[in-house]
Amino acid sequence: MSEEYAIQMKGITKVYPNGTMANQDVDFEVKKGEIHALMGENGAGKSTLMKMLFGMEQPTSGEILVNGEKVNLTSPTVAISKGIGMVHQHFMLVPSLTVAENMVLGMVPTKGGFVSDYKKAVQLTREYSEKFNLYVEADARVADIPVGMKQKVEILKALVRGARILILDEPTAVLTSQETAELFTQLVNLKNQGYTIIFISHKLNEIMEITDRMTILRGGRSMGIHETSSVTPQEISRLMVGRDVVLKVEKEEAQPTDEVLRVRDLEYVNDWGKKMLDKVSFSVRKGEILGIAGVEGNGQKELVDMLFGFARPNHGTVEVNGQSVLGLNQRQIREMHVSMVPEDRMIFGIAGTATIEENLISDRCTFPRLNNGPLFNMKAIHEESARLVKDYTVKCKNPHQQVGSLSGGNIQKVVVAREFSNDPQLIIADQPTRGIDVGATEFIRKKLVELSRSGIAVLLISADLNEVMELSDSLIIMCGGKIAAYFEDTRDLTDDLMGKYMLGLERQEADQIRRVCHE
Amino acid sequence: MNIFTTDFFFSIIRIATPILLATLAAVIGEKGGVSNIGLEGIMMMSALFGSLGAYWTGSWLLGLVIAMVVGLIEALLMGFFAFKLQTDIILVGTAVNMIGSGGTIFLVKTISNTVMGQSLTSTTSLITKAHQIPSISIPYVRDIPVVGKVISGHSLLTYIAFLLVIFTIILLYKTPLGLNIRSVGENPNAAASVGVSVSRIRYITIGIGGVLAGLGGAYMSMYYAMGWSLDMVAGRGFIALAAQSMGGGEPVGSMLAALVFGFAQALGIKVSATGVDSNLVAPIPYIVTIISLVLFALNQRRKERKRFAAAA
Repeated sequence: MSEEYAIQMKGITKVYPNGTMANQDVDFEVKKGEIHALMGENGAGKSTLMKMLFGMEQPTSGEILVNGEKVNLTSPTVAISKGIGMVHQHFMLVPSLTVAENMVLGMVPTKGGFVSDYKKAVQLTREYSEKFNLYVEADARVADIPVGMKQKVEILKALVRGARILILDEPTAVLTSQETAELFTQLVNLKNQGYTIIFISHKLNEIMEITDRMTILRGGRSMGIHETSSVTPQEISRLMVGRDVVLKVEKEEAQPTDEVLRVRDLEYVNDWGKKMLDKVSFSVRKGEILGIAGVEGNGQKELVDMLFGFARPNHGTVEVNGQSVLGLNQRQIREMHVSMVPEDRMIFGIAGTATIEENLISDRCTFPRLNNGPLFNMKAIHEESARLVKDYTVKCKNPHQQVGSLSGGNIQKVVVAREFSNDPQLIIADQPTRGIDVGATEFIRKKLVELSRSGIAVLLISADLNEVMELSDSLIIMCGGKIAAYFEDTRDLTDDLMGKYMLGLERQEADQIRRVCHE
Repeated sequence: MNIFTTDFFFSIIRIATPILLATLAAVIGEKGGVSNIGLEGIMMMSALFGSLGAYWTGSWLLGLVIAMVVGLIEALLMGFFAFKLQTDIILVGTAVNMIGSGGTIFLVKTISNTVMGQSLTSTTSLITKAHQIPSISIPYVRDIPVVGKVISGHSLLTYIAFLLVIFTIILLYKTPLGLNIRSVGENPNAAASVGVSVSRIRYITIGIGGVLAGLGGAYMSMYYAMGWSLDMVAGRGFIALAAQSMGGGEPVGSMLAALVFGFAQALGIKVSATGVDSNLVAPIPYIVTIISLVLFALNQRRKERKRFAAAA
């Protein structure tokens, strides 16, 4: 009977030396040849469970069986020898090496035992690439290849080491929707060849699309194993967060007033000579949320860079309350009451080794109210951080914990707490809920709506269609560095229609788009 | 007055040799993610024990081996403190450098007092021509006009140093060990995730560096100068770090950078020999360093531009 299972983890409990209980009596079973989803909010214990399966951590108690055989996975090397491969969320690749070199790292073929046989490495890479229909460029440096290809390299790396069971940790988090679709085809392909796949994600639609069964974790405990075909998205989200997540955001009609952000004829040519922004003009008014939708890489990132002083446009103007922000640094832009939730929270949002408190006051640490002469007024700082942690329900032991040790959702709450609490008049929210759990996502979305209704202008950039459509009062779609469409009202929009504009199949007339300038 | 004689170019190579050896240690170290700022101290210790070893055994070859072994042991100890006990490697390096200065003079006094009954402050009185690393006059090459005079007649270790540049290239780019060193240096997690033992590779990396720095130290006390004296390495271990970075961390570039520093020091010596005020001569090596760093930076920028242009 047990031969049916590729993986059986029984009664797994993991207590970290610092006392954190990451997993408690978890049973996790994966059948051979299935795609099994492991779901849960950030901090639910998914990563810990998978780290134990890949030998990076050892369980405090419980046992692990691979193909019915009890194993003691003391290191990734042991896990690899048992046929387990892992594709980490943060790629385990060496950027300056070629694809082929990364493929054979740790098992380099040699000529006569001493000198590497690079040709053989390339040959091996091509062979596996063809066998599994995962196209990679064997000779290219990893630093030069796109994210989607990096992921294929990771999958091939596991396969070349003899993996029959693949763990994919949030594989779609970094992929565009086309790349995601391609990945899914390949995963199904692998499944058909008898491979077992464990798929970690918290995107409901993806789970529904490709998995056979799923295990849901909540607070370190298993909420049971379910057949994907017999549960609804609503049931899943209830099991994940223990309450019905309102996927719809309730909001009153926007009452926009004065113009806050005014962008006109913005053009930007990047270092490689590619025109990334082409005559982009729009305005955001007090009390409204303007969404920017579009497939990633169509100028959204560059636009945000211009707005927040990270790059200067070749042409055009950006004004906040009638004052130009071009050429100003981030501090000066913040002094104009502009807040920013950056796309990459780990790099631009927080300082990982600093404490929650330090991160919370980092934009306001020079303010007189937090200082006594040249020294900090620690009492005021403690009060402020304690209040923010409470208001934004940051789950932590205390505000002096390192922010990097929190889960993704809680880190984002720290960012948001800082950015939303400094009396902003304009909030630029770039992918504000990417890669975070349902609970934190809902919290941040509600907060954005609440702030906009209190008279703040919000510019929301999101690759999550559901998010831009639900949150935005009006919406522009970017395609190829241009605004392809403007919708004054998002209520009657459909995915289909948006898709056409996002992929460049259709484009509105210039005067229709021009209405977003509200002139 | 002509400064640029064959003698002058000969002296560039002579002066650059210990810098080159330490530079290769720095190159391999940085590739493996091990910033060894203790090269200076290792060179000092190896210089001392190389000369003592040669004196005791009466053999320059055994002296050289002892210098290498001392360099290796010291580097592995650094590794133990840095990797095993998790001390900041910069602190460990600083400690090694302080030991290289104060510890060597303490050791030489103690050892000479115990063994010979007299307290020495240097080993120059012990080392004779017989203990010196031999010079090699290369047949045929020495007869080539001009060039022969510049490249023939150097110490055996000089030729080894230049061969080690090739060895370093092969090691780093043509062997599995080199691939492991580079991957551990760039992304240790990636290396660990495929079963490469990160700590083993780091020990090997720092160990190779220790042996190379040991050779550099031996060159100082057993060829360049006759015997060990206090602070004789005089910053060459640090110059090596600069040469590594100036050479972009690559073996050939770093070798050229080491030669530039050799040139600067040779020029200083040459100019002071002509009777120019020593206060004017003293800054020459530093001025050359600054100029070459500026040229290097300009060149880097030009390359970068070119790359962008090519990509567009």
